[in-house]
Amino acid sequence: MADRSDFAAQAMPYSSALYAAALRMTRNAAEAEDLVQETYLRAFRGFGGFQEGTNLKAWLYRILTNTYINIYRAKKRRPEQTDLEDVEDLYLYRRLGGLEAAAAGRSAEDELLDFFTEAEVVTAVEELPEQFRIAVLLADVEGFSYKEIAEILDIPIGTVMSRLHRGRKALQKKLYRFASARGLVDPVVAVVDGEPVHQR
Amino acid sequence: MADDNEIDCDRALIELYQFLDGELTIERRERIELHLHGCQHCFASYDFEQELRFVVRSRLQTEIPPSLIERITMLLEREARFIDQPGQG
Repeated sequence: MADRSDFAAQAMPYSSALYAAALRMTRNAAEAEDLVQETYLRAFRGFGGFQEGTNLKAWLYRILTNTYINIYRAKKRRPEQTDLEDVEDLYLYRRLGGLEAAAAGRSAEDELLDFFTEAEVVTAVEELPEQFRIAVLLADVEGFSYKEIAEILDIPIGTVMSRLHRGRKALQKKLYRFASARGLVDPVVAVVDGEPVHQR
Repeated sequence: MADDNEIDCDRALIELYQFLDGELTIERRERIELHLHGCQHCFASYDFEQELRFVVRSRLQTEIPPSLIERITMLLEREARFIDQPGQG
């Protein structure tokens, strides 16, 4: 059983990560602040039930996610979109992969960073339907394993994998829109045998 | 699954995310690595996906506002006093 007097020292190091996740869940800074505050309060009250030596970060994310679902999502009248259109594999690579290799003398990461601003990545992630958005955040931003995500969201591992697969592909399609809008790529006029054909 | 040791491009694509997520067994991981070693196309696509993930992760980093940390710290201190002396909170 965990000692409540240790709570702040153990739990506060995760506050920035929790806040970042809360921002992407609520899509609103004021609500994100309230959500993180409520999460810490609930975690503090329930800390006696936390098994010392187990995964504190995952435990905090589980409280964050449940609090978000119970309080913030309940306020929304509009039903959450739960479906995504099917997007082909390697959607972005097939369209941007060549560009990235074109510039010499810089790391590939820097090249790809230049493609997308912070605002674009934020918008693309925030546009994902909630169940896909949360799965992608937990895996790609927080680095949780499938098993941890399954426990945080209380869903089977197969569902975690399917949400990640579809959410990541949908995210690529949204990101491509920005690259395309800024003229970084030639518009795709057709797709032949799964390969895009660019306008010249 | 007679030719389970040989991984083709289709198989490599199916296992891409599990590979990048570190969710494959050592044996499957090694088989993918062997394929990537000999297949420039798959190597480039794996590399791209990994870089994209790095970009998404770095673009979404946010520091919590110091004022919120202060608020939470005060809230927890008040809550601790309340729990210790429930009758007087």
